[in-house]
Amino acid sequence: MVEFPGKKDLLTAENFSVFYGSNEAVRRVSLDIPEGLVTSIIGPSGCGKSTFLRAVNRMNDLIPRCRAEGALRLDGQDLYEQGVDVVMLRKTVGMVFQKPNPFPKSIFDNISFGPRIHGLRDRSKLAAVVEKSLRQAALWDEVKDRLGDNALGLSGGQQQRLCIARAIAVKPKILLMDEPASALDPASTSRIEDLIAELRGKYTILIVTHNMQQAARVSDLTAFFYEGNLIEFDETSRIFTKPREKRTEDYITGRFG
Amino acid sequence: MALHIRREIEHLKKDILMEGTVVEESLFKAMKSLETRDAAMAREVIDNDVTIDHMEVELEEECLKALALHQPVAIDLRLIITIMKINNDLERVGDLAVNIAERALFLAHSDRDKKTPFDFSAMAEKTREMLGKSLDALVNENTALAYEVCMADSEVDRMNREIFLKVHEAIRTDPGNVECLIHMLSVSRHMERVADHATNIAEDVIYMIEGEIVRHKAENFRSPDEQL
Repeated sequence: MVEFPGKKDLLTAENFSVFYGSNEAVRRVSLDIPEGLVTSIIGPSGCGKSTFLRAVNRMNDLIPRCRAEGALRLDGQDLYEQGVDVVMLRKTVGMVFQKPNPFPKSIFDNISFGPRIHGLRDRSKLAAVVEKSLRQAALWDEVKDRLGDNALGLSGGQQQRLCIARAIAVKPKILLMDEPASALDPASTSRIEDLIAELRGKYTILIVTHNMQQAARVSDLTAFFYEGNLIEFDETSRIFTKPREKRTEDYITGRFG
Repeated sequence: MALHIRREIEHLKKDILMEGTVVEESLFKAMKSLETRDAAMAREVIDNDVTIDHMEVELEEECLKALALHQPVAIDLRLIITIMKINNDLERVGDLAVNIAERALFLAHSDRDKKTPFDFSAMAEKTREMLGKSLDALVNENTALAYEVCMADSEVDRMNREIFLKVHEAIRTDPGNVECLIHMLSVSRHMERVADHATNIAEDVIYMIEGEIVRHKAENFRSPDEQL
């Protein structure tokens, strides 16, 4: 297990499993994700990586017959404990999906939506949050003169950055990204990757990606999942130069998967 | 995708082995020409170096292409990097074979009957054996053999020192033969350099297989009396 001296573990899984009915999609996974770093999860389709990611904001709750076992803690709080307020949880856990999903509203409203439902009403404060979030998402310069325009008029890459801005507007503790660039062209992909590098340190980012080169480029740590098991978790540079596990090596060199 | 890089890697492996064979042959002939004072054979070695140079450039370009197009990782990455480095070492061994052949050429044209106070055959044999083993270690991915090569380097160093002392002595006792002796000293030095390149190759093979850089840890490879 890797340890980062001086880095606090933000997300901790301990023998954590997720079942779909009787199928154990994530199998007794234990790992500690340190704060402020970018961690990527790689693995072939069906390896449980997205299920694990979605467990962090309890999106799997929406799937019938899906249940979790073991412990998954965010900042010490067990996410599956009885009485956890899922709405409050999702405020602390931002999520960005494969396809950008802006609300059919103005750019401004997309970003201010979260802070507003969490009680922020002051127009100038909202405007400040909108600007800061858009700046952090490297979108401000492109949209500052048309904040009232419908977000659906933005390009795919801009919409994705808008979604990232919307996620960080509520100051989440952790930002989850599920294949955030796989629906984008290379230029937009590269902007998303640059953005992840910018956000590193300010946010803890957990990213699921099929694109191994992307994992290699953007993340500090990489976890390799296979058939629901965590096979290897280490520094990205180590995983991609001399992984400890044969299965990791076979997967990243394209020998299977 | 995986099939493409597999094919590419097989190709690179084949090319490096072919280059290795040509370089071994060149070194063998250089040493033979020295031993037999065969000017024609020495000339052949010198002329043939251009082939090795071409092979080196071509192989490097192929490696760069594989890196750019396939962005290999882990064992594939280590393998291609290793091939690139070995490619370099082999080309340098080719140059050293030329240097030895040039000395052989000089000696072939000098007084044939002049007796030299020492014999290179043991050092030549040891050096060639090291190069051969380092290439075998690459082909068979055999770290034990690679470590053997690393250990052998100090023996060639010792032989080089011995020849230095003998040349030193001979210059005093036979000052009329200085030019020839200096050529002999160069040959010894060139062979010692060949052994160094063979050691580099062996160290790179170890890196390729184990992922550990063992260079600059020469004390691991020396026998206790060598460390004094």
